Amino acid sequence: MPSLLEIKDLHATVGGQEILRGLTLTVEAGEVHAVMGPNGSGKSTLAHVLAGRPGYAVTKGEIRLQGKDLLEMSTEARACEGVFLGLQYPVEIPGVSNMYFLKAALNAIRSHRGETELDAIEFLKIAREKAKLLEMNENLLQRAVNVGFSGGEKKRNEIFQMALLNPTLAVLDETDSGLDIDALRIVSDGINALRSETRAILLITHYQRLLEYIVPDKVHVLSEGRIVKTGGKELALELEKSGYADFEKKDAAAMTASA
Amino acid sequence: MNETIPLGREYMERYPEWREALPGNDLPWLAQRRADAFRRFAERGFPTRKVEAWKYTNLNPLTKKLFAPGAGLAATPGALPADALDEKSVHRLLFINGRAAPGLINGRAAPEATHALPDGVRLMPLSEALETVPDLLAPLLAADAEPEEAGLLEMNTALMTEGAVLLLEPGVRLEKPVHFFFLTTEDAGEAAMHLRNLLVAGKGSEATVFEHYLGTGQTGHWTNVVTEIVLADDAHLHHYKLQNESKAAYHIAATTAKIGERAVYDNFAMSLGATLARNDIQARLDGRGIDCRLNGLHLARGHQHMDTTTVLDHQKPECRSSETYKSVVDDRAETVFQGKVLVRPDSQKTSAHQLNRNLLLSDEASANAKPELRIYADDVQCSHGATISELDEQALFYFRSRGIAEDVARRLLTEAFLAEMVEEVKDPAVHAVLHQAMTDWLGQAWPKGGRP
Ligand SMILES: Nc1ncnc2c1ncn2[C@@H]1O[C@H](COP(=O)(O)OP(=O)(O)OP(=O)(O)O)[C@@H](O)[C@H]1O
Ligand SMILES: [Mg+2]
Repeated sequence: MPSLLEIKDLHATVGGQEILRGLTLTVEAGEVHAVMGPNGSGKSTLAHVLAGRPGYAVTKGEIRLQGKDLLEMSTEARACEGVFLGLQYPVEIPGVSNMYFLKAALNAIRSHRGETELDAIEFLKIAREKAKLLEMNENLLQRAVNVGFSGGEKKRNEIFQMALLNPTLAVLDETDSGLDIDALRIVSDGINALRSETRAILLITHYQRLLEYIVPDKVHVLSEGRIVKTGGKELALELEKSGYADFEKKDAAAMTASA
Repeated sequence: MNETIPLGREYMERYPEWREALPGNDLPWLAQRRADAFRRFAERGFPTRKVEAWKYTNLNPLTKKLFAPGAGLAATPGALPADALDEKSVHRLLFINGRAAPGLINGRAAPEATHALPDGVRLMPLSEALETVPDLLAPLLAADAEPEEAGLLEMNTALMTEGAVLLLEPGVRLEKPVHFFFLTTEDAGEAAMHLRNLLVAGKGSEATVFEHYLGTGQTGHWTNVVTEIVLADDAHLHHYKLQNESKAAYHIAATTAKIGERAVYDNFAMSLGATLARNDIQARLDGRGIDCRLNGLHLARGHQHMDTTTVLDHQKPECRSSETYKSVVDDRAETVFQGKVLVRPDSQKTSAHQLNRNLLLSDEASANAKPELRIYADDVQCSHGATISELDEQALFYFRSRGIAEDVARRLLTEAFLAEMVEEVKDPAVHAVLHQAMTDWLGQAWPKGGRP
């Protein structure tokens, strides 16, 4: 059985600048991995490259999802194959209701899987269930996608979407930022409920606190476009105390040494 | 380049003959107005792009050949297209190739439609009104002092052949919308149709008018239409327009509205058709407490050129005006919005807001925006804004990252841009037609980007 996610020696550029520089990472089904690292180290870039965002050019390396070549696929094909990106900054879309958007998304994915499309009533039933799970106000479903949502509501909406779309690989980019303490607990509970033997979750975060709620199987430190350290959940605690300074220096030293 | 292109010799030579066939020839006041208008237009000619109001729109194609009035055209009462409004939901006045088709008012004989109208409402073709109620028309039809930027108005006055007349006595409320339905068929050829509509709403009256141009053929005819509107105090008029002429046609329209105290004038125009389309609207807010809303959409593709030019003249204090015009421009099409807002010195406590948004769907599409605010009063609230942009890349990515195909995403985002305008249309029958026209247009842009 191939790993659920396998990233090998990934190099990617944005705006002509190399941001990911030889990133290697493997995640097995059922696992939750946390990715931490200083601002600008490339965490969101990794998330976007996984989702296939235009403008992010992979110059070297490979990404496999359950053995399939992800880089061959369009953005929407990846989503249909089970990649979900919870955005650090969810996008506002005036004029399109959350319901309409999500029904379109779910039906696109269902028809890709060869399942029947849901009508409005069937969809509403499922959507209500999932909204309850995240204690999400139902009127947010009727409103335009993320328009006028508070920061916390936007993040909750992302996890609500994840719950609806049932991804194989969920990449959650700083889902915890902007959440108050209660919302953090609710969203974490929601994510925990979505842990499953057939799914992997990549959790990008700056805060150890999230990892108290969602206990990861592994923690990676990303610095200057590479994974520079991998450990268990205790690594997050260590980072909380000492910061990233050590890694950045080591990394710089390593680069000078190899130069 | 000169400011005008003179009227061709053929027009000069043939006008006397054409004039013979025009309605209301026995009315001296009308003959006089036509003669004066023709003389002035012959002196002035067609405006060129040197004239500020025509800066972005070139009328050359109209001057290159002779568009003879199509008065002799057959008004074949063929089957109405399937997307025509349900006849029971409207009071319909049907015109085919510029001629009244009275046998088809509401699909039946004319008297039935007239009977269905409440007391105090007159709805009839211009030719009939000139015969039966000329005295009512004399103070209204082409009676105004000539405006500065006359465009093709005078040519219209000289040659106006047919049109819709709606006269509402004070206090009358029409429940159903009035459907001015101008249908052109393959028979329209390269004729000119000089149409003149007249809408007069008495004090406190209320009506919804749907002015509808539909081309079912491929003809390169020219519709030159002028709509004169007079709203007395406290009148409410909801005026909707759908311009869906054949793709090769020319559609030049001018609407002038003179609005009285506390009246509400609500104009929404959607343009889809014609190769060259111009929609001029001049609203004169001639009383206190008026509420005037001018809104519109251009949906342009291919080589279409669409121009909406508005003049909002705040002549009295305490009026509110708002304008929102949007264009979606695909292929090599071009759109224009020129919006002049004039707030005269005594028009204190005016509120005037204007917005123009343009969405370009292709690299070769273009949109022009020219707001012009002239404010001579000090206690006013005025704003304007214009944007020209492409579909939001972030939003597109967001859709796609959720599994929605790119085509569907583009379509949904474009629809969202348009739909909020169409949703404002309150009358359900009119809304349905406009919504369908929008949906068809989107469906043609993304034939495979079907609804999810
Ligand atoms: N379009 C772009 N053009 C040039 N550089 C870019 C572009 N987008 C991102 N970058 C750069 O890539 C680097 C990595 O950015 P990224 O967003 O991946 O960092 P991050 O680790 O997610 O940071 P944070 O913790 O602040 O969210 C940054 O230096 C950023 O400025
Ligand atoms: Mg980031």
